[in-house]
This record gives sequence, structure tokens and C-alpha cells, in this order.
Amino acid sequence: MKNLGITKDYSCEYFNPELETMTRTQIEALQLERLQSTVRHCMNSEFYRKRFEEAGLKPEDIKTLDDLRKIPFTTKQDLRDTYPFGMASVPLEQCTRLHSSSGTTGNPTVILHTDKDIDEWANQVARNLWMVGLRPNDVFQNSSGYGMFTGGLGFQNGAEKLGMLTVPAAAGNSLRQIKFIKDFGTTAIHAVPSYLGRLKEVMDQEGVDPRRDTKLRVFAIGAEPHSEEQRKRIEEMFGVKAYNSFGMSEMCGPGVGFECKEQNGLHFWEDYYIVEIVDPETLEPVPDGEIGELVLTSLCREAMPLLRYRTRDLTRVLGRSCPCGRNHIRLDRMRGRSDDMIVLKGVNIFPIQIEKILMQFPELASNYLITLTTDSDNDNMTVEVELEELFTDDYQRLLALTNSIKRALKDEILLTPYVKLVPKGTLPQSEGKAVRVIDKRKVYQ
Amino acid sequence: MTIKQLSIFIENKGGTLIKVLDTLSQGGIQIIASTIADTQDYGIYRVLCDKPTDAFLLLREAGINVQLADVIALTIDDKPGRAAEAIDTLSKADVSIMYMYSFLWKGKGVLVLRTAPMEKAMEIITIKKMTFLTEKDFRTTLHQQL
Repeated sequence: MKNLGITKDYSCEYFNPELETMTRTQIEALQLERLQSTVRHCMNSEFYRKRFEEAGLKPEDIKTLDDLRKIPFTTKQDLRDTYPFGMASVPLEQCTRLHSSSGTTGNPTVILHTDKDIDEWANQVARNLWMVGLRPNDVFQNSSGYGMFTGGLGFQNGAEKLGMLTVPAAAGNSLRQIKFIKDFGTTAIHAVPSYLGRLKEVMDQEGVDPRRDTKLRVFAIGAEPHSEEQRKRIEEMFGVKAYNSFGMSEMCGPGVGFECKEQNGLHFWEDYYIVEIVDPETLEPVPDGEIGELVLTSLCREAMPLLRYRTRDLTRVLGRSCPCGRNHIRLDRMRGRSDDMIVLKGVNIFPIQIEKILMQFPELASNYLITLTTDSDNDNMTVEVELEELFTDDYQRLLALTNSIKRALKDEILLTPYVKLVPKGTLPQSEGKAVRVIDKRKVYQ
Repeated sequence: MTIKQLSIFIENKGGTLIKVLDTLSQGGIQIIASTIADTQDYGIYRVLCDKPTDAFLLLREAGINVQLADVIALTIDDKPGRAAEAIDTLSKADVSIMYMYSFLWKGKGVLVLRTAPMEKAMEIITIKKMTFLTEKDFRTTLHQQL
């Protein structure tokens, strides 16, 4: 493994000068070397050993970067099937961290990390934050959920690695957030974009002017789809530059891709990942500029490397060079999903999770409809569900039912949706391909 | 002592009430009294009719969320203060009213009540010799009219 070559020079634009400014030839040479060693390392995992056997493939067959395409794809289902530790490529005693997806329905997905994985992850986050102008004399407030959600510890470790004073403020409690921002002289915040709208509302109520009363200058926003218009609105509201962040727990968490100061697409770090964009139907590569599904191969992961992982996120290649001096591939903001996963307030939700909860209530029929809306910069979910039998004509009991549905959903998806009971026969039928989700949010534009 | 009332779950949306009324009309059901209470999302349409069980089956077959609820139909003189007296009697016996609506029937006032608990209300009505209507009263009268 190459020395990360971390800069100490505040005026240097790059956190890892050597790795960030590699030419395309250098990037591809490093990728091949790391792909070959990752594939060899994957043979320590029972899952990949079997996969390769079934495909009649040996690690030695990977001679060029193009040979990557001989390797079968890895899917989220594979992660569920091997839950919890079936994908590990190192003995469990070498792992020091576990992150997991939220749901309690079916098997969640588990991602393991070694010390080195955590350090490499922190390096990626630090590289991103340095790229947008943050230095050790900045104060970084992480207003993201902690716990299993990688946006918490991921940014925490990265901001510390860069050397900033890092405030693990976590999500919510806007009054306290504002107090921290003022008292600690916070210059940068990481949060989901919809939260920043809420934060500004509270600032307005409290008579706090972010331009006059705070030192804020950088936002890292991500984990939730948002449009260019939303980003511009956030920047204008606060007078702060907002940079788009991409991450996924399967690859480590935040840090995988980030916008540079040009704000023209996200640099995906090709010393850490191989990026492919494929047609989600045919699984064949699509030409640059065309939208397809993002497929990632991790090149530096130790505990649980993933080969050709189908992210289900839709995006396109914007270019492989940039005025910032980095030749790492630039991808467009995520344009949607090739499956039915909903991303709301940084939480990933599958409609099946909601369906399984609703089915536990005998009072309810099988038809339901999820509607996502943006109301004054806040994203919300409404779940409409049909009543099977009118079991009471008492409003209090209907209200009690609504409340227990809300609580059960909160336990499963970690968000409280608005729940609306509707008469039987008023929602689309469950037969065939019923539309279960209507997304009216102003994103993906 | 109690009579059957239809409680129908309807959405706060145009055209939902007409579906219910059409179904009742096609089944030859005569409505005697009705009331709607609504919340932000939905309403419950409560109906007294001549053939509640038939109406219940008809509506259910039409895929409408409906329930048969037991209610009490107290009769009172059509004069000031009589409703107050009746309710006062019940509330002094710790009977609470969940909902109530009223109409006129052959010169008498009718208070339709759903109470908690229902048994207690019925006990008080018997002890205090209060008067009430039965399903038979509705059916006979309506039949004579036809």
C-alpha cells in the first residue's frame, strides 16, 4: 500500500497531494495493482471463493482492468444472505467496528471494518473536507445521526484525522446546535440537506443571522437526494458554500465521492474504488454521459471488500479531468434509484419494510400508498392505508390505531410518517405492479 | 332497548358520500336520520334506517367500510328543557355521551345516543322510566306510511 502522503501545508490544495493529482495512466496502473491484490484477498471469504468457483474464475485471470467484467456482480441480497459475517475476508478478531443497516424486517446488512479500514475511511473524509478548504484551524460540527448510521462516526473520524476541533453534536435539537455554532465558532457543518432548512427557521425565530452572528463557511450535505435548486437555496439562506457528499455503508460510509470547489460533479476516489456505470437491465456498460447504475469495487478494504457491488444508484460520468487538478472520475449527483428504495432524511427505507409493519395490524387491508413531499424545505412521508373492517365508530379508537401504526413504523424505519386511514377500495389494487410510492419531492432534477 | 345504527367510514373527498347513498337507494333502504362527523382525513357517516341489517350487508358487499353500532333512541317531549333533563339524568349516573344527534319523530323529539358504558345507560333508562324507540317502531310506522 502506498504511503498516503498527508500534507501539513495549509496552502496546499490537496490532503494527499500525490494520490489526488495522479494522471489517468497512474490511476489505472494503481487500480490494476490494487484490484489484483483485492481479488486475491477476497479468496479468504467463503462467499467469494464459492462465487469464483461457480464462475470458473481464478484470481490469476484478472490481468487487466477490463478483466474486472469477468467477475460476477455482488448485490445487497448477497449481503443479506450471508448475514452477519459470511462476507468477511479476515477473521472476526481482526475487526474492530461493525455498522449495519437500520431495518428490523428480514436480515439487515452488516459491514465490518478493521483498524486499517477505519483509518482509510477517515483519510477519504479528511481528503474531501480539505478539498473544500477546511484546515486544522476550522471547527467542525457534525449534525448528523450517530450510532449505526455511518454519517456520524464517519465524519467524526475524518474531521479529526484532518485535525479540526470536531463537535459530535448529532442530529436535532436546533437551539443547542445554534448555541454550539455561536459559542464554539463553528465554521463547518455536516448535515442532511433537509435539516439545514429547519435550522435556518429556528435561527430566524431566535433572531440569529448566520452571516452576522456565526463563522459558518462550509456545509457538507449528503445522504439524501437533493436538487441543484435546493443546494443554491441553502447557500443563499446562510451565505455558506454547500458541497455534495456521497457515501454508502457498503463501501465504508461517507467519503466515497465529494464535490470539489468547482461544484461540478462529485470526484469518486479511484485509488479506493473502481467505478462502473451499467445499464440496470442488460448490465452492460453505458457510454460516458449516459445515465446508468453505479457499480463500485472497493480496492483498499480489508475486512469486507466488495467486488462489482450494485449500488442501485443512478448517475452518469461527467468527466475524468477537472480544473481543480484532480483526474479522479467526476459523477453527476445521484439521479434516482434502479430499485424502490426510498432515501428520506438520510434514512434508507424499502417499501417492503412498511408493508410488513402494516400487515401486522388486522384492522388494515393490504393496500397502501406512500407519498413523499417537500413542505417548506422539509421532506415528509405520508402512508395511506385502507381499513379492512370498520371495527369501531369511535374516533378515539381510530386515532389510537393511527398512533400505534405510527409508533410501529417509527421503530422499523426510524422516522415517524404521517399515517392516514382511508376507506377500502380507494387505493390502487395490490394485484400486478401497483404503484406503492409517489415521490413529489423536488429532487433528481 | 338499543337499535342498530350504520356507521360508515368515508374519506374527506368529493363523490364518496354519493356512493353510499346510491347503494342504499338501490337497495330500497329508507333513511330516517343521519349525521356526519369529520376529522382532517376522514369522516364517519352515521345512519338510522328502516332495515339496518339489510343495509349493512348491502354496503359491505359494495366494498364500503361499515359497522353496525348499538345506539339508544330516547324520546322526549318537543319542549324547551326536555333534552337537558334527559342528559342530566344520565350524567348524574356517570354515563358519558360519546356522540349524540337528534331529530323529530311524530311530534316527539328523539335523542340518538351512544354512551359509555351502554349497560349503565340502559339501567338508568329502565329505573327512571324514560321512553325510547325500538326498531319495530320505525318499521311499523314506515310501513303504514307506504
